[in-house]
Amino acid sequence: MTPRRILSFEEVDWNVKENVVLEMRNIYKSFPGVRALQGVDFTLRKGEIHALMGENGAGKSTLIKVLTGVYGKDEGEIHLDGCQGAAVIHSPQDAQNLGISTVYQEITLCPNLSVAENMFIGRTKGMGQSWKKVNADTDKILKSLDIPAKPTQQLESCSIAVQQMIAIARAVDMECKVLILDEPTSSLDEQEVEKLFGLMRNLREKGVGIIFVTHFLDQVYEVCDRITVMRDGQLVGEYAIKDLPRVQLVSKMLGKELDDMSDIKDEQQEYVKEAGVPPVLEAEGLVSDAGIKPFDFHIDKGEVNGFTGLLGSGRSECVRAIFGADRVTGGTVKMKGKPVKINKPLDAMKNGVAYLPEDRKMDGIVGDLSVRDNIILAQQVLRGFFRPFSKAEANKIADEYIKLLSIKTASADTPIKSLSGGNQQKVILARWLFTHPDYLILDEPTRGIDVGTKVDIQKLVLKLASEGMSVTFISSELDEMLRTCSRLVVMRDRQMVGELTQEDLNQNKVMSTIAGGDEQS
Amino acid sequence: MKKDSILMRIVRNQCFIPLIALLLLVVFNLVADPGFFKITLADNSAGNPVLSGFLVTILDSGSELAILAIGMTLVTAASGGQDISVGAAVAIAGSVLLRVLCGSNSRPETLQAPIIVAFLVSCLVAMLFGAFNGVLVAYFNIQPMIATLILYTAGRSIAAWVNNNELPVISEPSFKYFGEFIPGIPIPTPFFIAVACMIIIALVLRFTNLRLYTEAVGINQSSARLNGLNPAMIKVLSFVILGVCVAVVGLIKVSRISTINYSVIAKDIEMDAILAVALGGNALSGGKFNMAASVIGAYVIQFLTTTLYKFHVQSDALPAYKAVVVIVLVVVSAPKVREWFSGLTRRSMKKEVA
Repeated sequence: MTPRRILSFEEVDWNVKENVVLEMRNIYKSFPGVRALQGVDFTLRKGEIHALMGENGAGKSTLIKVLTGVYGKDEGEIHLDGCQGAAVIHSPQDAQNLGISTVYQEITLCPNLSVAENMFIGRTKGMGQSWKKVNADTDKILKSLDIPAKPTQQLESCSIAVQQMIAIARAVDMECKVLILDEPTSSLDEQEVEKLFGLMRNLREKGVGIIFVTHFLDQVYEVCDRITVMRDGQLVGEYAIKDLPRVQLVSKMLGKELDDMSDIKDEQQEYVKEAGVPPVLEAEGLVSDAGIKPFDFHIDKGEVNGFTGLLGSGRSECVRAIFGADRVTGGTVKMKGKPVKINKPLDAMKNGVAYLPEDRKMDGIVGDLSVRDNIILAQQVLRGFFRPFSKAEANKIADEYIKLLSIKTASADTPIKSLSGGNQQKVILARWLFTHPDYLILDEPTRGIDVGTKVDIQKLVLKLASEGMSVTFISSELDEMLRTCSRLVVMRDRQMVGELTQEDLNQNKVMSTIAGGDEQS
Repeated sequence: MKKDSILMRIVRNQCFIPLIALLLLVVFNLVADPGFFKITLADNSAGNPVLSGFLVTILDSGSELAILAIGMTLVTAASGGQDISVGAAVAIAGSVLLRVLCGSNSRPETLQAPIIVAFLVSCLVAMLFGAFNGVLVAYFNIQPMIATLILYTAGRSIAAWVNNNELPVISEPSFKYFGEFIPGIPIPTPFFIAVACMIIIALVLRFTNLRLYTEAVGINQSSARLNGLNPAMIKVLSFVILGVCVAVVGLIKVSRISTINYSVIAKDIEMDAILAVALGGNALSGGKFNMAASVIGAYVIQFLTTTLYKFHVQSDALPAYKAVVVIVLVVVSAPKVREWFSGLTRRSMKKEVA
């Protein structure tokens, strides 16, 4: 075995580490074919917010899952403050009993129970239960953490952010010393994120050690005290936030100096419309049952445009209506000047429209199917029931796209669900590129994926456009949109409120349009 | 990354578990009584030389199960649930078949319609009932087991009603060919019918997109829809295909006895068919499937049933023994056990390296 000597627990000088609540040392974990963690160390101190950063596939999630007992570790030790010897964590229950609580991106509470019931579910002793007392206790906790919810309120009726905060409150109330927040902000808007940060700071004051996993760099610098960076299953280092400027962080995550980000700006060329050519797609008064107001929209050949607006402003609903993913209830669509009827996704696909959906896990990947089947799926549907690709053809296609988009996968036979998020997204992209569309809609293609892949995808979009493909690009990250799009459609409250081109394409103008500043003046 | 060893590839293959189960049964019978494997050639009541013995019985009865397992595999994969009405549907299909053959007279001297016509009519009826189940599941989003509970309850009454609750008897000897033996061929006909079904489904899976569409719908319906598929249609299709399988089994079943017993025909066969799918290592929650493994599973189930019969286990007690198989199966395929097993192999591999 590895000859590396590990300090035993007794040898560690605890005076120096008085504040440490959690220490993971030399953690190893392998899956068939993948060495997910290779000797990772991680230290968490009392009352700090500690960001765990790394690209997709760096091993963050695996480390968290080892800590919370979802996976068993192959080697290594975990020490917790107040426990003698190495902590034994074999199940999430063990972790919870040791004071390690996790709040996931997806809310794991019961939406049809009340807030108080959710707080105390599974924790009552015996059968007798005074709901009055539970409600009063809950109220006290909610108040102390400034969470705007009533104990008797049904959880469903709270906003996602508040639900998330209640999940955190529940975790904290279970006397946790270590609180893990796994991408808690990805479905929240800005004000909600602020509220959540308030709560996190509040907990820091109370001495809870918080592990914060996120992809948003801004948020890390806003709220965290310390950063641990991982790459390819290994520890890169632990840094105090003030010692690690952003650029350094990104380059550490990628393992190389990054000037790609600035490069890409130069690649975007001024879009010039060809005269006399009808738009690739032109929609008038289009409306679907997803609750958006009728909107007009067009895109020209080789153009890259985008929908922007706050979360829930109706960006996705617009493109879903164009693709026929929601039920279209009115309006007309013309493609290259000819009227077409798009009532379901297949109609859109037949007309050369491709749509990469917002929710990769729910709507994009077919998890258990191989990378190969995921790539050929859409084209296979277009070809029809009686014309399958032969195995050899399918393999050739898959290999071609794996190479083209440099998808990191063990083989074309690997189930897509075992790939990292960024690579899954590339597979979905390959699927749609293989249908050779005239018009490609990308809804949040870069959400939750690593910086390197983000840049790859942005570059690809510009390259496709220069080859004559029309692309609609939606992203929550404004600078990404400004880099790639030559025209931005602005949405507010499920309504199209503006269109920005050329000199208007700057951060301030977009923000003020989103906020509705123009109307007030 | 290094390639898996051949041994690991065999162990991972989905046919591994049913084949191991088969091997265990064979070994058990070899030890207990090698006479189990004796096959004799003797004249049957019709005066044809035919093979008989326990193995022939397995091949014979197991074929019905194998045919149903084909359809059940598709339904399971597409809908993530199972059809528990197949036994009742077999009764309906058989009853319709007899009704067409007999016309209004329940004991005709000659057949009132060619067998092929009668079969096609019963096939159509079975497909319609399959579509009924499928529509309930796909368009009304009812749990498959609940949706098919309707036909499970009503099916045998409908079958009796088709023939005015009479028991038609066919005297035409050639009708017996489908469930017993064709003169001059000593192997039971159901086996050939099952082989034909297997070849057809293999060709369909090879030359159409049935597999890809079904698996995509079974794994992620929402994503399948956004890729242009119509998940509801695919689910209905799987139930309709199961309907065809049901009609074929209905033909075999009534052909065996040239008549029908509404309350007994194909009784509890749905459970065996579902068990065959599960034994084949297919997830009962839908998604990817392995047709060959299901078919092998069906014959293994029949092997077990026949073994139990041989040891004079009462037919009432059979389910208890099958339950043991289910328990073993569920435990073996549980994630905990798999993890433990893969940990075991990894450790042994590490030792080799060291």
